[in-house]
Amino acid sequence: MKKLLMASAAAALMAGAAHAEDVKLGILFGFTGPLESLSPDMAAGAEFAIKEINDAGGVLDGQMVSAVRGDTGCIDSSLAVASAERLITSDKVNGIVGGMCSGETGAVLQNAAIPNGVVMISPSATSPALSTVEDNGLFFRTSPSDARQGQVMADILNDRGISSVAVTYTNNDYGKGLADAFEESFTKDGGTVTMNAAHEDGKADYSAEVGALASAGGDVLVVVGYIDQGGAGMISGALDSGAFDTFMYPDGMVSETLETNFGSLTEGSFGQLPSASGDGPDLYNELGKAAGFDPTGTFSPESYDAAALILLAMQAAGSTDPNVYKDKVMDVANAPGEKILPGELGKALQILKDGGEVDYVGASAVELIGNGESAGTYREIEMKGGKMETIGYR
Amino acid sequence: MDLLNAFVSLANYVLIPGIAYGSQLALGALGVTLVYGILRFSNFAHGDTMAFGAMITVLMTWWLQSLGVSLGPLPTALLALPFGIAGCILLLLATDRAVYHFYREKKAKPVILAIVSLGVMFIMNGIVRFIIGPDDQRFLDGERFLISAGDFKKMTGLEEGLAIKTTQVITVITAIIVVSLLFWFLNRTRSGKSMRAYSDNEDLALLSGINPERVVMLTWVIVGALATVAGVLYGLDKSFKPFTYFQLLLPIFASAIVGGLGSPVGAIAGGFVIAFSEVTITYAWKKVLGYMMPDSLAPDGLVQLLSTDYKFAVSFAILLIVLLFKPTGLFKGQSV
Repeated sequence: MKKLLMASAAAALMAGAAHAEDVKLGILFGFTGPLESLSPDMAAGAEFAIKEINDAGGVLDGQMVSAVRGDTGCIDSSLAVASAERLITSDKVNGIVGGMCSGETGAVLQNAAIPNGVVMISPSATSPALSTVEDNGLFFRTSPSDARQGQVMADILNDRGISSVAVTYTNNDYGKGLADAFEESFTKDGGTVTMNAAHEDGKADYSAEVGALASAGGDVLVVVGYIDQGGAGMISGALDSGAFDTFMYPDGMVSETLETNFGSLTEGSFGQLPSASGDGPDLYNELGKAAGFDPTGTFSPESYDAAALILLAMQAAGSTDPNVYKDKVMDVANAPGEKILPGELGKALQILKDGGEVDYVGASAVELIGNGESAGTYREIEMKGGKMETIGYR
Repeated sequence: MDLLNAFVSLANYVLIPGIAYGSQLALGALGVTLVYGILRFSNFAHGDTMAFGAMITVLMTWWLQSLGVSLGPLPTALLALPFGIAGCILLLLATDRAVYHFYREKKAKPVILAIVSLGVMFIMNGIVRFIIGPDDQRFLDGERFLISAGDFKKMTGLEEGLAIKTTQVITVITAIIVVSLLFWFLNRTRSGKSMRAYSDNEDLALLSGINPERVVMLTWVIVGALATVAGVLYGLDKSFKPFTYFQLLLPIFASAIVGGLGSPVGAIAGGFVIAFSEVTITYAWKKVLGYMMPDSLAPDGLVQLLSTDYKFAVSFAILLIVLLFKPTGLFKGQSV
């Protein structure tokens, strides 16, 4: 009897050990909430990177990687923290790809990731405030800070010769952060912001906001919002009353939904989203389409890169412990080393195994600067003939 | 000319959207107030009832559109509306049979029924999302504008445009028709009078031979029709998205309470009070004053009393003030 117990206890230990050796990545996105239409392609991107690593034989000594999804609700900090706690304490993930929206990401970072010492790489949280968080070296992002996007927006407007705009922003960390960053850059360059006012998401009626903005005037309405939420309501309201007919769309607005619903109505409107030029995106597009998801979805390439960076950093550090591999994230992302494009993760693993160095470029031309955030290339788009067309990169 | 410009600008951004939004709120508040007056509880499921009725209408509209049926300049949804109403009524009657009936038999307190309706709300919420999904759905077709801002400027030569959407006109006309039908029914027909009698005093109505189950059924039929009409009009004018119907609940209840819960006239008045308080108090008067005053006096600032962030605070402040001075609302409803 004793022997049997011992044996089963040993077996249980072995099983436990074997289980613990598998690497788990948490995928923490807003699968519900105002950006729910973006999250499927983002998650598909991250899971695609994981699949590529597994197909190449896994990380370290052939350890397979699995993904566990968690929902943040995008604007629901308590849900986000609860999901992150579950990922960390019960699923025991070795790293988190996420969060998705800025406010929720800050909350998860402070309340779950830092206390538990887990690395988070967010593909899409862009608030400038996240640059200065005391993160113990645990937080990175493959998207640029909105301080940079604000400057890009000011440049686009200046190049188009537009000097007076009204701004409406969604009343949260992302909206306020970007709207303020933009106003600062734009007024510094000599532009005028006639009004910088918030709108709440998911409300029944936006005529009050539209009325006030129309009174303030301006050549273009800059809609710093979400296309699935108040952003759409603001555009409809402004179009219906004839208050504005040209709009500027930052990254939260640019999506297929925008093209379908407002493409032909807002002819000549323009915007930008983080997206790189070069071989990386093209390769990723091909690979993603072959894998059966939409790789052009906003932040989908960044999600792929976030997952790839975590796994490559593990390989480089020779450990799946976040507190060990966190120091390697910057190393694998930046020069020196061999450039790694999407679809070459297997090659990267081999180089790292052989003791070489890699410079991960990936799907969004990753180059981490400062406190571990992307330097940022933006794709400028314009509505032409009802279609969203790329007109350049900045 | 400048005075005209000022007026047109005010009409375009305040009066017309306010009237359309007010009508939508009024129709929603009528449903809430009827349930409160006759069935004696606050029906929190009303927003999602509107979403359900509107959803059936949306699905029927798509089906009709795929058959090539259209109403010309009017939205096809008007044709699909009766189906939506029927579907919504069926759902409400089934809910009543399955849920509310049980509590009514037990003579449950209104507060229990209100909580029960909260549960019903979440179930309806789920049903709607299950069938049509959480996304924005568009089902508007036909002519978008009766007159667009650009055309108006060309026609009149004024600097300010006035846009009147087809859906805004339809909203107001339908609201007038539905409300007059309702008042005719309540005041002139036997069934309507029996409903009012039941609302005034349940026991007395019972003694004079009024069948309570019939009154309850009639109420749900009317509420279903009102909710669907309100939901469809709102969806046509803005867009159909289940979540916003849930959010509509707050202004609808505010309207019903300001007007006086249980009073149909109050519900209509309340709808407009809430709608206009949201739009006017936070309005930036810069443009209007700019036209009305000589150039030297034209304001530089926005001349805005409160930032638009506070528009909900404003409508709830009004709600509080009304209840402080008239606890039964503007039109003597039942005290809450």
